[in-house]
Amino acid sequence: MAIRTVEKSYSNLETMTINMGPQHPSTHGVLQVILELDGETVTSLKPVLGYLHRAKEKHAEHKTYHQFIPYTDRMDYLSPMSNNTAFVMTVEKALQIEITPRCKYLRTLLCELARISAHLLAIGTGALELGAMTIFMWSFTEREKLYDIFEFISGARFTVSYMRVGGVARADYPEWRKRVRKFITEFPKVLQEMEDMMNGNEIFLQRVIGVGKISGQEALDLGLSGPTLRGSGIDWDIRKDNPYLAYEEFDWEVAVETEGDCMSRYLVRMKEMYQSTKIAMQALDALEKHQDQPMNIDNPKVIFPSKDRVKKSMEDLIHHFLLASEGFKVPPAEVYHSIEAPKGELGFHLVSDGSSKAYRLGIKSPSFNNLQGLRRMGEGALLADVVAIIASIDPVMGEVDR
Amino acid sequence: MAVDLEQLKQLLNNKLKEHFGEAILSITQSHGELTILVEKAPILAIMKFLRDDTDFQFNYLSYMTAVDYSAQARTPRYDVVYNLYSVPKTHRVRIKAHVSEEDPTIDSVFPVWSGANFQEREAYDMFGITFKGHPDLRRILMPEDWEGHPLRKDFPLGGVKSFYFKRSSDPHVGEPKSLVPRIRVQQSDI
Repeated sequence: MAIRTVEKSYSNLETMTINMGPQHPSTHGVLQVILELDGETVTSLKPVLGYLHRAKEKHAEHKTYHQFIPYTDRMDYLSPMSNNTAFVMTVEKALQIEITPRCKYLRTLLCELARISAHLLAIGTGALELGAMTIFMWSFTEREKLYDIFEFISGARFTVSYMRVGGVARADYPEWRKRVRKFITEFPKVLQEMEDMMNGNEIFLQRVIGVGKISGQEALDLGLSGPTLRGSGIDWDIRKDNPYLAYEEFDWEVAVETEGDCMSRYLVRMKEMYQSTKIAMQALDALEKHQDQPMNIDNPKVIFPSKDRVKKSMEDLIHHFLLASEGFKVPPAEVYHSIEAPKGELGFHLVSDGSSKAYRLGIKSPSFNNLQGLRRMGEGALLADVVAIIASIDPVMGEVDR
Repeated sequence: MAVDLEQLKQLLNNKLKEHFGEAILSITQSHGELTILVEKAPILAIMKFLRDDTDFQFNYLSYMTAVDYSAQARTPRYDVVYNLYSVPKTHRVRIKAHVSEEDPTIDSVFPVWSGANFQEREAYDMFGITFKGHPDLRRILMPEDWEGHPLRKDFPLGGVKSFYFKRSSDPHVGEPKSLVPRIRVQQSDI
């Protein structure tokens, strides 16, 4: 666009190095970026990570599999349901156990609600950083409803720790499903309003169209995934290409945009929220059809027996005691399992050695890899565009540093 | 899209053995995943082949990391693990190479996928494995002056050094010099 051409007449002057973050309101946490500026143009850009490093991979080697579930909440703290699911599915793969259909539908539903919640924050804060405050307020109103939904099923708004190996912590119940149905029915209208507000906003459009371009080939090469990759025209969604849970059974489409700029990434997120609503509705219907079936697998060596049974039966008491004191054991195996989290491919690489603790748990977090694209997108852009670019990548530092 | 693992295994076996012969140590299948153990010397050539061959097209480096097997008293001590994915073919494979304790180096796969940049930096930071040919091999998550490599099995969970300010004769015992505050407190004040 003509507006953003800045004359490069500074070539004989020295460049200036300035620091952005880690305490900067628009770096989504504690991301530090060291920028080299020629006038107002960014000539070089260096992300500095590690300010939120909490050594989760080291902790995983000293905690039982069960005890590690709360740690996964705090990775991408905007979608703890997805993180929980990815981790327990990895352990289930190593144990070679199959979960019940009802649990599959519930997990699918919760993962999609988590995706809506994460994308709402991405778009809300992204718009706030570009000056659109209304969208921020609207998206947070909707997120609050989602947090209520999570609280009503798991007991916690934010750090849910809800998934268990072989099932979930508590089963769903009719009033909760009613609440979810109400949200899913009303949400597309709100989303439409948000879309009208954003897509007709000249200031917003000028800040995002043509900014932070990256080609599909480059994005793939740099290891980007999720909306950041699909915004560059690469049609890769693990939910479609390597289906897990119940995604195969539902009718939905992968959101892809071809431009590769901040606008495309914003559009992908918007489209994905519509698709998530669609999936969530189908998952909810399927869940209601299966509500008489068991939720958790029938394997007391892995999942806690119900409290009623613990009070009445000796075997169940023993199982409960063993699970709480020692945890279940996973036979020696090496597995990698990944799911499509809101930010991209979230994978766990688990090496087990037959004990109740992981021998090594590697975490592939999408934001960590997506940040590699920052340099490519940011170099040559204006200083103010860096804020828009970071918002469009939507990194969560809890996940980057782990 | 379902991937036929048996067929992929056969294809990998034929093509890799044909091109690299003895360097392919084993191909195993378990938990619905394929694992190929290779020699570390030709790793770069193998990765390039897997990316460019039309049958495989592993154009995405999903996750690379290292595993320290010293707690199991295994030699060689480390495994470097690459989880590859092919977007057009939707199949996965895991490549592993042994790296010994005496010579903890391996060729960087940065020329094949530039996405290896951060991931190799993290493996270097956490395990102390040097990736030859990496353009910018620095620590990424730990502070630059950190001593030791935290994910090695001999690194204690609580760390090696105490980072508390102590009220002994020197208030900064155990502190690296860079962390000592510029304004020092008088001994008599403490």
